[in-house]
Amino acid sequence: MKFKLTFWKVVFILIMLNGLYSMYVRYFHGIGAVSNLSDRFPWGIWIGFDCLCGVMLAAGAFVVTGVVYLLDIERLHPVARPAVLTAFLGYVLFIVGLLVDLGRPWFIWHQLIYMNPHSVMFEVGMCVMTYTTVLACEFSAAAFERFNLVTPLRIVRKAMIPLVILGILLSTLHQSSLGSLYLIFPEKMHPFWYTPAQPFFFFISAVAVGLAMTIFESTLSSRAFGRCLELPIIVELGGALYVTLWVYALLRFEDYFHRGQLAAIFHPSYESYFLWAELLMALVIPLTLLSFKRIRLSANGLYLACCICLLGFVTNRLNVGITSMEGSTGVHYIPKWTEASITAMIIALGFFIFAMAVKYLPIFEDAHHALPVAAPEMETAKAAEPELTLVH
Amino acid sequence: MSKAILYDATLCIDCKQCEGACAKQNELPYDDKIAAEEVQSEHKFTVVLANNDNKYMRRLCMHCEEPACASACPVGALHKTKDGPVVYDVYKCIGCRYCMVACAFGQPKYEWGKLNPAVRKCIMCPDRVADGRQTACAEICPVGATKFGDRDALVAEAQDRLRQNPDNYYPHIYGLKEVGGTSVLILSSVPVESFGLPTPEKLGETPMPDYTFRILSRIPDFVPLWALVLGGVYWISHRREEVAMAEAMEHGSQQGGTK
Repeated sequence: MKFKLTFWKVVFILIMLNGLYSMYVRYFHGIGAVSNLSDRFPWGIWIGFDCLCGVMLAAGAFVVTGVVYLLDIERLHPVARPAVLTAFLGYVLFIVGLLVDLGRPWFIWHQLIYMNPHSVMFEVGMCVMTYTTVLACEFSAAAFERFNLVTPLRIVRKAMIPLVILGILLSTLHQSSLGSLYLIFPEKMHPFWYTPAQPFFFFISAVAVGLAMTIFESTLSSRAFGRCLELPIIVELGGALYVTLWVYALLRFEDYFHRGQLAAIFHPSYESYFLWAELLMALVIPLTLLSFKRIRLSANGLYLACCICLLGFVTNRLNVGITSMEGSTGVHYIPKWTEASITAMIIALGFFIFAMAVKYLPIFEDAHHALPVAAPEMETAKAAEPELTLVH
Repeated sequence: MSKAILYDATLCIDCKQCEGACAKQNELPYDDKIAAEEVQSEHKFTVVLANNDNKYMRRLCMHCEEPACASACPVGALHKTKDGPVVYDVYKCIGCRYCMVACAFGQPKYEWGKLNPAVRKCIMCPDRVADGRQTACAEICPVGATKFGDRDALVAEAQDRLRQNPDNYYPHIYGLKEVGGTSVLILSSVPVESFGLPTPEKLGETPMPDYTFRILSRIPDFVPLWALVLGGVYWISHRREEVAMAEAMEHGSQQGGTK
């Protein structure tokens, strides 16, 4: 195999080298040396982006598996596996991010023996730990298919429905609890982002992002790997996204209305600029775009709407995790370049592993797929197939 | 009986002996340079602040009756003892720093420069308190500005002082009801917020852990219900297939589900 240096490969290598240097600083000189975190601002981009956004962007799996396996909408099946892969990667990288952020990552397992059921963080930790295992099981089917392991494959497929239900339960809990994390310090949060409804907002936006992310990754990978795009599927997902965004927009409006914040939103301030950036990208622009049927039915239109929407919700999480606390703490937090380069490395790793998995494992099913209880002969045929189609 | 500290800023003379005694008690370095530092840090758990008006304010952990830090900690490394101190078990800590974010008073500090960092804060000399002694800061205070005792007795005394010298004080016992009450009570001639403490209005009288626990406590009810709904959805959409599979199992044949 020849190794050709392309533009993106160079970018990837540079990001990795940068990140590795920062990792060295992190583990040999401490968090203080690598980041702009301080006693007054103890949580930064590693929590705001790596954790909050990482988990949010990985929500596609529970949404899509729920639709495919529980609502039994079979025609959406082809996007289930890529969504599970994205989620599994997302959670693994979230844990990598956590190992960087935690001051004593070597004691992360203390979570299992010193439990504090009153802590939201404990609940999030347990859910994430369990859910990553669930995702690994769901995803293992692809590996078993690839290596033609018929018996374990049958076991996984038999267990699929309980796994999917467990996955949705755990996701509901921790997606919303990431919002609950921010309820314990009302005096520190800006009222734009302190609401008792935060857990609900985090959950509903996770559903929206799950749908948008599934459309995003389907489109992106169809372009990158020259696959044909499942347009009818993403059109259907786009419709669901449109509805979810309306529900979310309505609830956000009601929340601001009942807490008497509507006037403050239109009053120019540091916080209101960030809020507008968030609301414009997460709601106003995507909802406007998706209201046109022509855009809802076109691959490019959907892709554009989803990209803006994803950026909007990333802004939302960063606002909750960072912007909302800048006023009360009097700290204007900007991540140090080494801090940001670790985040960049984690994102780059995500793209890289996703590409590798798509290349070597049966992720995108083409014409057909097997039911959960298919005969072994079909598996053999399927397992052989990707070698012909995907490995060049 | 729960113990507490009453700090009366009107009596304080800014001698900073409490800072030195605290450092000695916690085996921390203390010299003129550290004495001049006007912020709390991982090597300075208490600080006496002065403003231009020669008013003083001592900062230290408030030892909340229902501490947000203890509720937030995923591994229970922080807890409130029955004597009153909020203490920290370093061996449990995983370093998530949620306690630091959660604390309304910004008390937990971090050893940012260390490779195996710990959270540091005033722990109200729990060994001394358990032995029935005063905290190091109260013991050394030459003017009685920092006084240690039973919380109820100190609350009564603070109310007494306010009643007897109303002109000397801003009429509020900070810590009596804030965030559900704290084991450190502050009397001062000026509102405490002028020294960077959060205002009583901002804090409210609800213990901070209530805000998260009212959500968390619903989870045990929510999980079975949601599981039932999800299971129900699956059951409805798959009923036909299940019947077909059950029949297939009865007959011992290898029929698969219908497409």
